[in-house]
Amino acid sequence: MLQGWVIVIAAFAYIGLLFAIAYYADSRAEAGHSVIANPWIYSLSLAVYATAWTFYGSVGRAASDGVGFLPIYIGPTLMILLWWFVVRKMIRIAKLNRITSLADFTAARYGRSALIGGLVTVIAVIGILPYISLQLKAVSTSFQLLLQYPEVVMPQKTGEVSIMQDTAFYVALFMALFTIAFGTRHLDVAERHEGMVAAIAFESIVKLVAFVAVGLFVTFGMYDGFGDLFRRAAQRPDLANLMAPLGAAAGGYAGWVWLTVLSMLAIVFLPRQFQVAVIENVDEKHLKRAVWLFPLYMLAINLFVLPIAFGGLLHFPPGYVDADTFVLTLPMAHRVEGLALLVFIGGLSAATGMVIVETIALSTMVCNDLVMPVLLRVKALRLTEQRDLSSLLLDIRRAAIIAILLGGYLYYLIAGEAYALVSIGLISFAAVAQFAPAVIGGIYWKGGTRAGALAGLSAGFAVWIYTLLLPAFAKSGWFGMQVDFLDLGPWGVELLRPTQLFGLTGLDQITHAMIWSMLANAGLYLGVSVLSRQSASEHAQATLFVDVFTQTGERGSQWRGATSASALQTLLGRFLGPARALELFSVYARERGLKSVDDIEGDGELVHFAELQLAGAIGAASARAMVGTVAQEEPLGLDQVMTILDEASQVIAYSHQLEEKQRELEQATRDLRAANERLQELDRLKDDFVSTVTHELRTPLTSIRAFSEILHDHRDIDPAEQQRFLGLIIKESERLTRLINQVLDLAKLESGMAEWQTTELDLNELVADAVSTTSQMFKSRGVSVATRAGAPVSKVMADRDRVTQVMLNLLSNAVKFCPEGTGLVEVRLAEDANTVRIDVRDNGVGISRENIGVIFEKFRQVGDTLTDKPPGTGLGLAICRQIVDHFGGRLWAESEPGKGSTFSFTLPKTAVRAAAD
Amino acid sequence: MAMDKAPLGETLKTKGARGARLVCLFLLGCLLFNYPLMALFNVHATFLGVPVLYAYIFFAWALLIALVAAVMESKG
Repeated sequence: MLQGWVIVIAAFAYIGLLFAIAYYADSRAEAGHSVIANPWIYSLSLAVYATAWTFYGSVGRAASDGVGFLPIYIGPTLMILLWWFVVRKMIRIAKLNRITSLADFTAARYGRSALIGGLVTVIAVIGILPYISLQLKAVSTSFQLLLQYPEVVMPQKTGEVSIMQDTAFYVALFMALFTIAFGTRHLDVAERHEGMVAAIAFESIVKLVAFVAVGLFVTFGMYDGFGDLFRRAAQRPDLANLMAPLGAAAGGYAGWVWLTVLSMLAIVFLPRQFQVAVIENVDEKHLKRAVWLFPLYMLAINLFVLPIAFGGLLHFPPGYVDADTFVLTLPMAHRVEGLALLVFIGGLSAATGMVIVETIALSTMVCNDLVMPVLLRVKALRLTEQRDLSSLLLDIRRAAIIAILLGGYLYYLIAGEAYALVSIGLISFAAVAQFAPAVIGGIYWKGGTRAGALAGLSAGFAVWIYTLLLPAFAKSGWFGMQVDFLDLGPWGVELLRPTQLFGLTGLDQITHAMIWSMLANAGLYLGVSVLSRQSASEHAQATLFVDVFTQTGERGSQWRGATSASALQTLLGRFLGPARALELFSVYARERGLKSVDDIEGDGELVHFAELQLAGAIGAASARAMVGTVAQEEPLGLDQVMTILDEASQVIAYSHQLEEKQRELEQATRDLRAANERLQELDRLKDDFVSTVTHELRTPLTSIRAFSEILHDHRDIDPAEQQRFLGLIIKESERLTRLINQVLDLAKLESGMAEWQTTELDLNELVADAVSTTSQMFKSRGVSVATRAGAPVSKVMADRDRVTQVMLNLLSNAVKFCPEGTGLVEVRLAEDANTVRIDVRDNGVGISRENIGVIFEKFRQVGDTLTDKPPGTGLGLAICRQIVDHFGGRLWAESEPGKGSTFSFTLPKTAVRAAAD
Repeated sequence: MAMDKAPLGETLKTKGARGARLVCLFLLGCLLFNYPLMALFNVHATFLGVPVLYAYIFFAWALLIALVAAVMESKG
């Protein structure tokens, strides 16, 4: 006998087993050995798609229109082929942005818009309420049926019992507590629930086993295989029609196609599917196997739907038993206690799986995208100043779970009786399908704007309420609405009839609602997007989402603000708990090779890190706002970006100019410093010059005066001696005259006042003249001179007298320093491409290395000036250099002491000088 | 549908080929489970004792899953 307590104990034992599995998976995960990190568990967790709707409702649907339940599973089979593109992209985006829910995802895409997040949450919660009511109805119905065992008695209508006696109410409360215990034990930053996923995967196995067991029992226990079952059914005309039902039902093939499309969207956009497929995904490679494993699961769980439906229809008299309960009532009618209990557990697992994941996903949305954004904005609550908000977050989620389940129960009370299970669920499918344009558009089209998404979602949701939710209420007679409202339209306007809007007839209710809501939703999304403009942050997020596969590296640079690390740690601590925040920061420090948390710098990277962690707990929009309070980043509009770019380019231009100016100034400073040094040098030289000239003038003057005084004072001096003194006086006077002439000459040259008579010169001729002029001097000193000139050299432009002066000076110098008798002076003429060169070489004493640089200076004579003063004024070479320089040539000396020296000068050729002029 | 860049460890070539095959199978599925192919089997007849529409749908479904499995599990 199946007593009530047996059922309850079985149910609690099953729930206890789930907890054990979840606990085991969680502890393994904490130890670093994830049990869910494989494609099998991932595929099984996706099978949370199969709920009480599948477990009980499919048979009900099949009993009324044959294959009509199948699009719900064929749609996902097709859609999952595109998952490789769509969901893989969503997973990548969600991981990069720490997305925690569908609302978070949509909000993040449209510039972290709190408004979008809130709207998606509202649509999801209201849209899913019918779906949850379906689970409550299924569980409470199956429980009530089983209580009557072995009798098969349909339970009473809900309206006829008080809430306190209503099983569904207790089921709702029980499930709320169960989910709270399951999903909100601790606040997980990543919003991943390893234990939950493991339990869900286990539930998927249980419900499949239970359903297949019933299928086998009906097909091979009650009947003799498929052939026997279908042959018997075919004998009844009403059942035979179910075997080729297409085209006959309302909507026909159009209905089939729209149901397929609807479930294609549902498999992606149901909050619980998004949760298990995207948020709980461990590795996107798991998709590879799930793509065929999950459809295989759906095929297996649907294989026996038609046999069970026909078995029920054949076994029970028409109208006696609700077809939605055949799965349970057939084993009961055949008194198979164990199987009936297994079916109850299977149905319970299907319903609890859905409720757990769905309400956890919804409560996260409600908390992160609806309640927290509002609470954080209400300044009176001073939430932003509180130390630890993590328990508040958990409380909000717990309250949300209770509210959602009670909402589901309320919907069950209002509209639950008017529809079969599948029809209730389809209303929810149509609601979540409204997310498709904004989300699919959002990840493939950068042009989708916040305004477009808002318009599309609002319009689609409004049409959904009008064409599906209101009729569901109206049919139940709630809110004082009469069925007239459906038949005649509001205020008698037939065009506005909710189920035949604008006169569109011939479709089933879901198809009709889908056509209008999708038209409004996608149309407005596209239209408004095209007409409106994105803000800068919206555009940044759009690029981030659409180009997620082509992006590399971190996005730390997105934050331009900086703050102190401790302020961020405190902020994280308030939402996640101080211990968890410290742990996260320690990990952050370790990853960057820092010694301790104190070494962390509050740079953009850290701010980004904190924002991501916070996004896991309170959603992207709120996280941005909260981090903003600490990091104080100015929102950056497009205008500002342009201004910054503008300013930056101007600044760059200015700095280029400044650099130029600075370079010029530095150059000028260098020139001035050089000029100053040169002036000081010249000043010093002038002083030297004056003192030297004075000294040089005084020496002959002193001699002249001395000899003159001797002649004057001693009239009795020997005439020969007298004659010698007078000769000396004349010689010194000549020297004095020569000196003064040269000083004047040099002054003229240096001041540029000299007169030049530049003509074309034949240097061969000039050298020969100079040598012959000085031949007497060579002879008298016993020095031989030789001129070595190969071919006649090119002509030069210069002053004949001046160049002769240079030649004579060099020759007389050479004679002066040559040893008497053995002296040899050699004059060479040569030319290269540009210049003619003359060398005057002697074999005299030579010039020491240190002196070779100074001999061209004024009054610098080599040798000991006191004892061995060489004849000459010391100005000759200085004058020569001035002359050669004037004609663009060069004068220099080379020498080896003891072996003689060579004085050389060059003069540019006529052609070269002409070209230079 | 845009072809996304291959994740690490998968060459672009095999990834592109796999994507194309999946899209082809998607189109095949759309064809199999739609008017007019389904209408061909929407008749009162049986195949091995099973109504042909049921037999067709489950067979086509299984075939599609097998093809997808072959595409996804092949080494490229």
